[in-house]
Amino acid sequence: MQALYAQLLVGLINGSFYALLSLGLAVIFGMLNIINFAHGAVYMMGAFCAYFLLNVAGVGYWPALIVAPIAVGIFGMILERTMLQWLSGLDHLYGLLLTFGIALIVQGVFQNYFGSSGLPYAIPDELRGGMNLGFMFLPIYRGWVVVFSLVVCIATWYLIERTRLGANLRAATENPTLVRAFGINVPRMITLTYGLGVGLAALAGVLSAPINQVRPLMGADLIIVVFAVVVIGGMGSIMGSIITGFALGVIEGLTKYFYPEASNTVVFVLMVLVLLVKPTGLTGRAA
Amino acid sequence: MSALTDDTLPVTPRAIRDEMIMFAGMAALLAAVPLTGIYPFFVMQALCFALLACAFNLLIGYGGLLSFGHAMFLGTAGYFTAHALKVWGLSPELGIVVGAAGLGVITGVVAIRRQGIYFSMITLALSQLLYFIYLQAPFTHGEDGIQGIPQGYLFGIFNLAKPTVLYYVILAGFLGGFLLIYRTINSPFGEVLKAIRENEPRAISLGYKTDQYKLLAYILSGTLAGFAGSLKVFVAQNASLTDVHWTMSGEIVLMTLVGGLGTVFGPVVGAFVIIAMQQYLAGFGQWVTVIQGVIFVVCVLTFRRGVVGEIAHYFRRSL
Repeated sequence: MQALYAQLLVGLINGSFYALLSLGLAVIFGMLNIINFAHGAVYMMGAFCAYFLLNVAGVGYWPALIVAPIAVGIFGMILERTMLQWLSGLDHLYGLLLTFGIALIVQGVFQNYFGSSGLPYAIPDELRGGMNLGFMFLPIYRGWVVVFSLVVCIATWYLIERTRLGANLRAATENPTLVRAFGINVPRMITLTYGLGVGLAALAGVLSAPINQVRPLMGADLIIVVFAVVVIGGMGSIMGSIITGFALGVIEGLTKYFYPEASNTVVFVLMVLVLLVKPTGLTGRAA
Repeated sequence: MSALTDDTLPVTPRAIRDEMIMFAGMAALLAAVPLTGIYPFFVMQALCFALLACAFNLLIGYGGLLSFGHAMFLGTAGYFTAHALKVWGLSPELGIVVGAAGLGVITGVVAIRRQGIYFSMITLALSQLLYFIYLQAPFTHGEDGIQGIPQGYLFGIFNLAKPTVLYYVILAGFLGGFLLIYRTINSPFGEVLKAIRENEPRAISLGYKTDQYKLLAYILSGTLAGFAGSLKVFVAQNASLTDVHWTMSGEIVLMTLVGGLGTVFGPVVGAFVIIAMQQYLAGFGQWVTVIQGVIFVVCVLTFRRGVVGEIAHYFRRSL
């Protein structure tokens, strides 16, 4: 039973990363109509940013949790202003190809300087150790990751679905011209949205740094699974990507306990099954 | 949605004539390669990738479907051909037939259910699913791959171990596949595909069962990509995980993009450019990835027609 709970926890943690990443993808997709293939690369940049902050600037985990997403978010906004902006109005496959190229560049540069092996990042002192819950031993940092990402997800959902800013945002995805006529700077909003999505990925990267080692391809491996998560959940709703992300993480964890051989493939198999039964995905609207 | 390609030129007798002249020139040039001092292994490898890129282009350039998982056909056919040759001891032609079968049907039925970027993500996920299966399945030998594959005698006559014989067999395979694709895109079937690419709802309202057309195009493209994978086994004499990995799918997309999406000869040019680049830039190590990324970005931002597309556009000809 101990092992089952441990795998469930691992599943929840992976689920947190899936949720944060697919949430960012959904936000970007909503405004820019682009599947951000560079999402794995910016996730990796978030982790590396935390690593640099600690080892070069001596800045610890807590400030990194804020600084890294902002820094990577600014990088994302520069990308949007200099490149992605020029693709609006073109077939959205070009956005996918462009961001794929960006991912290759970013990952390639990091691989040249850091090889493919992982760099360690220590768990902050305040979150070391664990708690005995009676039925299992819970490492505090892992519990923190799950709770914190849940809070961030809910906050993002609230921002987009329940605030005035979010209402403008959603209106702009429906009819940018009309929203512009109301005096809202839509291009700036698009840039900020891309920054927000990228920042969410970078935040996931910082959270993951003490658990998974910091290495150049950490995002490349993850992004394909996140794409499968997105296909399963559909991109229709923000809440949909959060729930699907967590649920698939847990299912993956359970598979690792009951039938470990299939743990790498279970998400993809689920994707095939969902597509056969409900081609639009669980919460998605038609493409 | 704006069109993926600059395909405003109609299929006229002049266009067909231009393309046939180009084809004859290409065939003559390639047939002359063993007479020159060019390293034949490089050209054979490039030919396999050229056929693969042409098969991929059939789907994206004429059907508007961006598959990001075409490496699965390359790798799967490679593994099956290698296994058939080495373990079952089949002759080469049977190995190819076994290698190029089936996968397109199975994955196509799933993938064709969504369009646009969802289609891309689904094909990507399916190919990653296969990657993990091949990583764990015993017959693929995991990270080692299948090595030292006997080349054998094609139809019991042609000794594929001889480089010149192998070269012409590969060339014949490439030209045959190329002509099949060329015939397909200039057939009524190809015209329907283009109509679906331009405006699917309109094609549906005209009474075409678009899903069936797309599935058929997908199966054809997958089978030809698998054929390229089988041919590649005879050249490289091994089948490994790199051929199934999704970075390979990215390279296939890059080849087609560089040469020109939706042009007849673009994928061939693109494949030769990219394979030559990998050959001659191998000393740069990981920087090759960065260079490929830069080419991607430059192509998408400024050079969307690709090499052949730009030339065709400049001369107002269809190529």
